[in-house]
Amino acid sequence: MTRIRRLQLKTIPLILISIILGPLGNVFLGKGMKSIGSVTSARIIDLLPIASRVLTSGYIWLGIVCLLGFFVAHMLLLTWADYSYVQPATSLSYLSIAILSYLVLGEMISPLRWLGVTVICVGVLLVGRTSPSTSEAPEHA
Amino acid sequence: MREAVLFFFIVVAGTAGELSVSRAMKGVGEVHDFRPKSILRFVLQSFRLPWMWVGIALMSLAFFSLLAILSFRQVSFVVPVSALSYAAGAFGAKLFLGERISRNRWIGIAIVCLGVTIVWWTRG
Repeated sequence: MTRIRRLQLKTIPLILISIILGPLGNVFLGKGMKSIGSVTSARIIDLLPIASRVLTSGYIWLGIVCLLGFFVAHMLLLTWADYSYVQPATSLSYLSIAILSYLVLGEMISPLRWLGVTVICVGVLLVGRTSPSTSEAPEHA
Repeated sequence: MREAVLFFFIVVAGTAGELSVSRAMKGVGEVHDFRPKSILRFVLQSFRLPWMWVGIALMSLAFFSLLAILSFRQVSFVVPVSALSYAAGAFGAKLFLGERISRNRWIGIAIVCLGVTIVWWTRG
């Protein structure tokens, strides 16, 4: 098995996990923040009560758990694949974020926004079709 | 203005944070073993690297900015616009990690930026 093929065998499942967990985390964060209310001030005195509501919100913690799962998958990927490959490849999640926002949050997504999200995904697919590792392995620090 | 500042933190601090984490991860080396014990050891090992902590600080700033913007904007608007971090990521990876960015990859990034522009028009 070639090195590239071996890299793809472990890279693709981890990317799929990232594509589901990352957007799900953001959807839960959005749900939590909408119930807390608009953050309109940057003053500490106004942010403290908001912070306490954020920290006690179940949806925020659910979102954080999803994003932590995403983060671990992402870190594992970064040990062998280049950052400029991983970031675009996992970002097929832009399509799933639109679908999940519509299904879970009931956000009305205009045709123009669907077009924008689709264009982003086309760009992502083009970027994802390059080799996972383009730089020489660094010497151990 | 408030929105622009928050997006700036999400894109620039978020990307700089990921680049720092990537730099730390390359120091840990390629992962071959996926047993929970090995993964835990790998996580603990990564926390000993200074770049990991720089990354965590920057990504925290990006995270709280994301929470603030999600309090008044739709998820399906905020997340696609934050895809601007593609351009930031490619420039950063080239400058700070010495990664080579192929011509095809640059074309992909340009298309992503076009998509972000279209989503921005739906701001409403």
